[in-house]
Amino acid sequence: METNRHDRILLAHGGGGKLTDDLIRHHILPKLKNDTLAELGDSAKLNLTSEKICFTTDSYVVKPLFFNGGDIGKLAVCGTINDLAVAGSRPVALALSLIIEEGLEFELLEKILTSISRAAAKNNVNIVTGDTKTVEAGAAEKIFINTAGVGVRLPGVDLGCERIAPGDKIIINGTIGDHGMAIISQREGIKFESQLQSDCAGIGELTCKLLECSRGIRFMRDPTRGGLAATLNEISRDSGLSIEICEGEIPINPTVQTAADMLGFDVLAIANEGKFVAIVSPESADDCLEICRNHPLGADAGVIGQVVETRDVPTVELMTRIGGRRIVQMPYGRELPRIC
Amino acid sequence: MLDRIHKAQRVMEAACESLGRQINIMEVCGTHTVAIFRNGIKSVLPERLKLLSGPGCPVCVTDQGYIDVVLQLAERDDCLIATYGDMIRVPGKGGSLETKQSRADVKVVLSSEDALQLAKDNPEKKVVFVAVGFETTTPATAVAVTEAVEQGVDNFLVLTAHKLVVPAMRALLSAKNDNIDAFLCPGHVSVITGYGAFAEIVDDFGRPCVVAGFEALQIIEGLAEICRQLSEGKAEVTSIYGAVVTEKGNVAAQEITAECFEPADGYWRGLGKIEKSTLRLKDKYSRFDALKRFNITETPGEEAKGCRCGEVLCGLIDPPQCSLFEKSCTPEQPVGACMVSSEGACAAWFKYGGIRKSGHRVSG
Repeated sequence: METNRHDRILLAHGGGGKLTDDLIRHHILPKLKNDTLAELGDSAKLNLTSEKICFTTDSYVVKPLFFNGGDIGKLAVCGTINDLAVAGSRPVALALSLIIEEGLEFELLEKILTSISRAAAKNNVNIVTGDTKTVEAGAAEKIFINTAGVGVRLPGVDLGCERIAPGDKIIINGTIGDHGMAIISQREGIKFESQLQSDCAGIGELTCKLLECSRGIRFMRDPTRGGLAATLNEISRDSGLSIEICEGEIPINPTVQTAADMLGFDVLAIANEGKFVAIVSPESADDCLEICRNHPLGADAGVIGQVVETRDVPTVELMTRIGGRRIVQMPYGRELPRIC
Repeated sequence: MLDRIHKAQRVMEAACESLGRQINIMEVCGTHTVAIFRNGIKSVLPERLKLLSGPGCPVCVTDQGYIDVVLQLAERDDCLIATYGDMIRVPGKGGSLETKQSRADVKVVLSSEDALQLAKDNPEKKVVFVAVGFETTTPATAVAVTEAVEQGVDNFLVLTAHKLVVPAMRALLSAKNDNIDAFLCPGHVSVITGYGAFAEIVDDFGRPCVVAGFEALQIIEGLAEICRQLSEGKAEVTSIYGAVVTEKGNVAAQEITAECFEPADGYWRGLGKIEKSTLRLKDKYSRFDALKRFNITETPGEEAKGCRCGEVLCGLIDPPQCSLFEKSCTPEQPVGACMVSSEGACAAWFKYGGIRKSGHRVSG
């Protein structure tokens, strides 16, 4: 094998010549092998069961590349699957683009590709097409990944903010803030990092089950960047309705809460990577909750609040444990760790 | 828990009733400020109990002159600035550390130890540690200085703006705002200083001082204890923070601080110059003193035009009374320091939306 002579990615691996071919055939294909990808055509040819599809893309630039509970590869697969899932589709195929910094160890690349392969298999999707580029040292943080995905829309399912009505219940499938705090603590070198684990996971199987079993689901979204706070504010803004959530009902891992308190972060605004928020009709809430709780990714699911009429402007409010109320604002970007 | 909250509410209601006027209680700790907003505590208090956010956020009280010195040092090619995260957005002359980050060496650290390590890792640079904070963070800076001595790390420099809480409370009551009826005293600071440190406020000014932790229930019960004292015409120092706060505090931490630092007159945003309110390095450690090493004199800085952070810090106005609030001053584009730090009153007010009892936004 030509590339055995190299233990690191060279610029030439992205040059379109022999080294690129080696990279694809000897490192990438064996990991991600499936018939469609193996054709190595200019486009993947898909035979879908329906013309109604969802299509999305996302780029992944996470640092560190490997973190408790996941890595950039798993994240790139699950993140795009989750975007397809919450739109009401069954994820079927992904495109994978790797932008690799010159000098990346092949060993690291192999680990990432293995992780991508496992995540894809676990979530029953194929990587059907892709691209690799290399950039000069310093032009990327080791590796950036873009994935695009196609999902087949579930028949009879039509989700949208306009379907949300006052009285609807808000369900989340588990604890919040796990991904963001795992990343932040690892980045900052905080001692309890080992107890913090990202929730990175593909939620497609669970959302499909929910949508197939219940017609009461109005809307779903995955609370990634900006956390639950951003997602609920988006839902409130787009529906024109207000939202009330109960602090005591929101599942939070105590270690995540401690870490967030220490750094002065609001867990509501911390990212998740294996969660969805579902707005469901009041009468279907119990059934939805039961379906969630019978799935490994929904064991800690809970009804955390409800949709209410807007009195003034659409607002998200938190009912605190002490019986108080406060606004949950749209987070404003990068949170900074506090001093003491 | 709700039983205890209801009991505390009844005590507070009764105090407001018996005094027949508004009660003004000031918290002098940024962590309390955030906890009060985050837990919606104001929404469960009697109408006539007003909470004022005092000079308890380290970033907020740091004078503009100091910020300008930091920014001046950031311009130097031979300097690497090591700073706590919430300092980097504070605007000063010609920008902030964040805006200079692309062309200057600015690193965010979580502790003085991290700053010392940066100095060891970058021997060609003078690593300037932006040492802000109250009694809680000073011992850690002192430890880093003594370690720098032991390990011969001569490129580790401290630009100190460490501050003492009690002199600020005295200055507030003496000159700025005598409408403060009592203080909810900071739990973290009291762990170090001991609750005995607040006795002089009680003795000299007759204001109750109650130390509480940061759980919502602790804060509410602390406020109730203050109300009880006020309604009985008493002023005492009390700690309801349990065994973690003693009368004398953490003596080892006080000793290491006293080994390296001595009180000096210093400038505070909003409060001006306060006698013996800041800590400077003792002469024997002067080679680690960034001001001396670069021969810089810190002068009081000017606040941005229209910014009323000073009045906010003195409890004279609520943030929405500042005409810049939510308009030209937001967390993304802060004009004043109180909007920068997550523990600043303006940032907390912006983020959590003021008092809400009716479901409508209250803007003033």
